[in-house]
Amino acid sequence: MIPSPFEYVKVRSVDEALAALTEHGEDAKLLAGGHSLLPIMKLRLAIPTVLIDISGISDLSYVRVDGDGPDAMVAIGAGTRHFELERDDVARTEVPLLPHVAGRVGDPQVRHRGTIGGTTAHSDPASDLPTALLALGGTVVLQGPGGRREVPVTEFWTGFFETAMSPDEMVVELRVPRTGSIGWGYEKFTRRENDWPIVAAAAVDGRVALANMAGSVVRATATEEALARGASIAEAAELADQGTSPGADMHADQEYRRHLARLLTRRALETAAGV
Amino acid sequence: MSILGTRVVRTEDPLFLTRGATYTDDLVDDRLTGALHATFVRSQVAHGRLLSVDTSAALEAPGVVAVVTAADLSDLVPLPPPFPFINQEMTRPWLASDRVRFVGDPIAVVLTEERYQGEDAAELVAVDIDPLPAVVSTADAARDEVLLFPEAGTNVMASFGEPAPADFFDGCEVVVTQALVNQRVAPVPLESRAAAASWGADGRVTVWCTNQGAQQARGQLGDWLKMDPDLIHLITPDVGGGFGAKIGADPEYAFVAWLAKHVGRPVRWAESRSENLVGMLHGRGQDQVVTIGGRRDGTVEAYSLVFDQDCGAYPRIGAVLPTLTMLMAPGVYGFPKVHSQGRALATTTTSIGAYRGAGRPEATAAVERAIDLFAAEIGMDPADVRRKNLLPAFHEPHTTPMGATYDNGDYTVALDKALDAAGYADLRAEQARRREAGDARQLGIGLSVYVEITGADNGAGTKEAAELEVHPDGTATVLTGTSPHGQGHATAWAMIASDQLGIPVEKITVVHGDTDRVPEGGGTMGSRSLQQGGAAVHQAAGELIELARRRAAEKLEANPEDLVVDLGMAGLAVRGTPGVGVTFAELAADDRLLVNTVFNANAPTFPFGAHVAVVELDVESGKAQVVRMVTVDDAGTIVNPLLAEGQRHGGIAQGVAQALLEEVLYDEDGNPTTSTLADYPFISATELPSFELVEMSTPTPMNPLGAKGIGEAGTIGSTPAVQNAVIDAAAHLGVRHVDMPATPMRVWRAIRQAGHNASQEGN
Repeated sequence: MIPSPFEYVKVRSVDEALAALTEHGEDAKLLAGGHSLLPIMKLRLAIPTVLIDISGISDLSYVRVDGDGPDAMVAIGAGTRHFELERDDVARTEVPLLPHVAGRVGDPQVRHRGTIGGTTAHSDPASDLPTALLALGGTVVLQGPGGRREVPVTEFWTGFFETAMSPDEMVVELRVPRTGSIGWGYEKFTRRENDWPIVAAAAVDGRVALANMAGSVVRATATEEALARGASIAEAAELADQGTSPGADMHADQEYRRHLARLLTRRALETAAGV
Repeated sequence: MSILGTRVVRTEDPLFLTRGATYTDDLVDDRLTGALHATFVRSQVAHGRLLSVDTSAALEAPGVVAVVTAADLSDLVPLPPPFPFINQEMTRPWLASDRVRFVGDPIAVVLTEERYQGEDAAELVAVDIDPLPAVVSTADAARDEVLLFPEAGTNVMASFGEPAPADFFDGCEVVVTQALVNQRVAPVPLESRAAAASWGADGRVTVWCTNQGAQQARGQLGDWLKMDPDLIHLITPDVGGGFGAKIGADPEYAFVAWLAKHVGRPVRWAESRSENLVGMLHGRGQDQVVTIGGRRDGTVEAYSLVFDQDCGAYPRIGAVLPTLTMLMAPGVYGFPKVHSQGRALATTTTSIGAYRGAGRPEATAAVERAIDLFAAEIGMDPADVRRKNLLPAFHEPHTTPMGATYDNGDYTVALDKALDAAGYADLRAEQARRREAGDARQLGIGLSVYVEITGADNGAGTKEAAELEVHPDGTATVLTGTSPHGQGHATAWAMIASDQLGIPVEKITVVHGDTDRVPEGGGTMGSRSLQQGGAAVHQAAGELIELARRRAAEKLEANPEDLVVDLGMAGLAVRGTPGVGVTFAELAADDRLLVNTVFNANAPTFPFGAHVAVVELDVESGKAQVVRMVTVDDAGTIVNPLLAEGQRHGGIAQGVAQALLEEVLYDEDGNPTTSTLADYPFISATELPSFELVEMSTPTPMNPLGAKGIGEAGTIGSTPAVQNAVIDAAAHLGVRHVDMPATPMRVWRAIRQAGHNASQEGN
C-alpha cells in the first residue's frame, strides 16, 4: 500500500504541464483528483516515475455556454470537479444529464477531488461521466505541443485505459451539445451506492451509451438504430447488448451483464421519454 | 434514581473525537526510539514447495538492516495447534521453510530504517515456489487427494459428532433437505493489525499490539516464544475494532518481539489493508446440509445439521467453532430430535477465526432457513410454523437435546413483539397487492428467532477480575481484565461503580490492557464483558463498601450495621443521624481504600430475540434493498441503552452485510480475488435503513446485574432474517433458496431458474 518511488512536480498552467510531459515522457502521469491513479499506484499496478500535479491550474475549472443558437455547445473545463459540476446552474439548465451523473460518482470524497478531465483521460469502462458524455455526443478538447485539437467522443475511448490521446497531450475541455429540456435517463447498477457501475446506461435524444459492457464505454448502436426506425422502447432495448463484449467478474458474468444492459437501457429510455 | 439503565453519553468520546485515539501504529514512546520497521514477504502462491529464498538483492536495498528467513529461526519451534483435539501434525511455521499453504503465508521479513523502504526491499526478495494444486473448498479438502500436511495423512483437523441414525426421519410426513453456504467473510476492522516490541536491559520485553485481551495475548506470546509470561509486559493501546479476529495474539505479534531481540533494536510492524485482507483471520466459512422433517400441521419432529467448517491453512479458533454451531443447532425450537455433526478442514486459504457470533450465527442461519423451507413445503406462514415449534416460556434452566442449558427465555413473546412492531399482517397484505399487480419491486418479509450463548468459557473460565480504588481526592480507578475496543466499558464500568458508591462517573477512570497493571483478565469476546467484567466491578464496589464500613465504624466509633451508604456524599453515614458520616475519599486518606476481586459467573447466559427484515426486491435485476429492520434483542438488564443500541446497530449492519454483500472469494488456484476494499464490499450506511429497535428485557439470574451479552446478537438475528426476506420476495416466482450473499446475479438467476422449472412442469 506504499507506491514505488516517484518524483512530484506541481504545475500552475497548461503550458507548464505540457512542458513537464514533454520533458519526462511516457513515465510521467498527470495527477488531477488522484482517486483513480493513487489507489492503483499504492497497489503498484501503476508505477509512474513522475507525477505532474495539475490540480493547481485554476483556469481549467468552468462550465459555460459557447456560442449561440442551436449550434451552441456547453464547454466544461477539464479541471472541473464532480462536485462543482453537480451543483453548476449552467450545467443543470443546459445539459442536466451531466450534473446528475456527476452526483452519482463514487462518494462525496471522490466527488470533491475527481475531475471530469481526469475521468475522461483515465478511460475506465466503468466510469459514470464518460458514459454520459458518450451519450451526449460532442468532443474532447486536447492540448499538446502542436496546439489544440478536438476529438469526437465517439472516437476518444479506444479501449481499456486507452484513448486517442498522445502521451504528450492533456485533456483541457469537454464540449457537449445543449440538451435543455430534452428528456434524459441514467441508470446505474451497483451493489452499493458508492461502487463503480456493474453496468450503466445513459439515454438522451435517441442516443444510448453503456458503461462496463466492453473495454471502453460504448454506444448501444443497435438500440439507437431501432429507435430511429420507430421501434418501441421495449423492442429497441432488447438490442442494447448487441455488439458489446462484456467482461466477467464476481459481480456479474457476461450473460447477466447483457441482461442488465437491456434492462437498464429500457429503464433509461423510459425515464428519458417520461414513461 | 439509579444511574443504571440511563443513557449516559460515552465518556471515551470527547478524546476520540478531538485528539483522536492512540492506536498501536500511532505510538510515540521512548522505548521505541530507533525502531526498525518490519515488512513481511508473503507467498503469492496458494500451495507449493518452497525451493529457494534469495535475499541478496533485498539486503543491498536502501535502509535494509536485515532480511530474516526460516534459516535464521533455529531457536524457534513451529506453533502447535491451539487445541488438543486437532491433528497435532498441523503445526504452523513462523516463516515458511519447505512449503507454503496460502496466499499470504509469511516467507521472510525485511527490517528497514523507514517503513516505506520495506515495501521496495520486500519486492526484491526472490522466492522460488514449485506450485502444488490448491485446495480451495471444503469438498476438495474432504477428498484428501491433495494434502496440506502430508505427515498428517488427512486434511481433517478435527471431527465432531456422529452420523444421524438411519431412521432419524422415519415417520415424518414431510422431509426437506437443503445444502446451505455460510460463506467466508473478512472482519475488516478499521484498524488493521499492528505490533511493536522493545527489550529492556532487565531481560523483559514490552510488546504493544492491537488485540481483544492483553492477558491472553501475553499468555500466547509466552507459549510460542517459550518465555516466562512475567517477562512480557503486554500493552494494548486503543483498538479500532476487532470483531473476534483480534482475540489473543497473532503469530506476527510474537515474531515482532523475537525480531527485536534478534536485531537488538526495537521493531514495529503495521500491516496494510491488502495485507490485512489476506493475513488477518477470516470468519464463518461453513458448508452445511440441513434436513428438517415433521407433520403437515407445521410440527417439526426431527432436525439435522451436518456441516464442514473451512479452517484455512493453519488451525486457529475456526477449528473449534463447530462445537458452538452444534451446541446451538436447535436454537429456540423444542424439536424432539436434534442431530448435528461437524468437521474442521484445512484448505489453502487464510485461516478462519472468530467473527462476531463465531459459530452461533451459522447455527441460527441454518435452522432459520430450514424452518422457512419447511414452511414453504407445507404451505404455511413461516411465523405460524415458528410459533408452533418455539420452546414455551421458561424461567428455570432448560437443557436442550444438544446439551446447552439455557438460563431463561420467552421466545414467543419476542416473536410477537417483533411481528407487532413490524405490522406483519399489513406487510403481508402489501406483499399480496404487489404480487397481484406484478410490480417490478416486490416485497419480501423475512423472520428469524434466535437464542445464542454469551459469556461461554473461552478457556479462561467464566470469571473476570476487577480492582477498585477510591483516592483521597474523591476520584476512583477501576482496573478491569476486559478489553474494550469500541464497546464503551469506560462508561459502563464507571456507571456500575458510581451506582453503588455515589462517585460521579466523570471521576472514575477505567484502566485496561496493561499486563503489569492488570495481570489477570479474560478480555473482550463472546459478548462476555458486562456479565462477567461488569459484574466483577459490581462485586468490587460491594466489597469496597464492606471494607469502608469496617474502617468507618472504627473512625466514627459506630456499629458497622448502623452505617449505610450515602450516595449524595459518596460515603457512609450513620443511620438515623443526619450529618454524621465519612466519605470514601476521607477513608482513603487514612489508608488506601482498595479491593481486588474475581467474579465467577459459573455459567454462560442465553440472550434471545426476533428480527423482521423487509426488503424490496427488483425482480427484473435481482437486487434487494433492505427497507426495514425491526428487531427485538433481549439481553436481560440493560446498563446503558445507548451502548446496547450501539451494539445492536453494528451487529445488525454486519448481519445485513453478510446476507447481501460480503464474501471472501478465491479462484481455483487459491488466489484471493477480494484482497482490496475495491473488491471486498463491506456495508455502509447508504445500504441500510434506520433500525427499529424494540425493547424486551428478561434479566438473567446468572449475575447480580441481570445482564446477558449484546455484542453479537444483532448479527446472529439479522443475517437469516434478511436472507429469508430476499427469498420470500421471490417465493411467488418459485424461488425456495438463494445462498448468501444474495447478490443480484444470484437472485436473478434463481428467479430465472424457477421460471424455467415452472414452464417445464407446465409442459
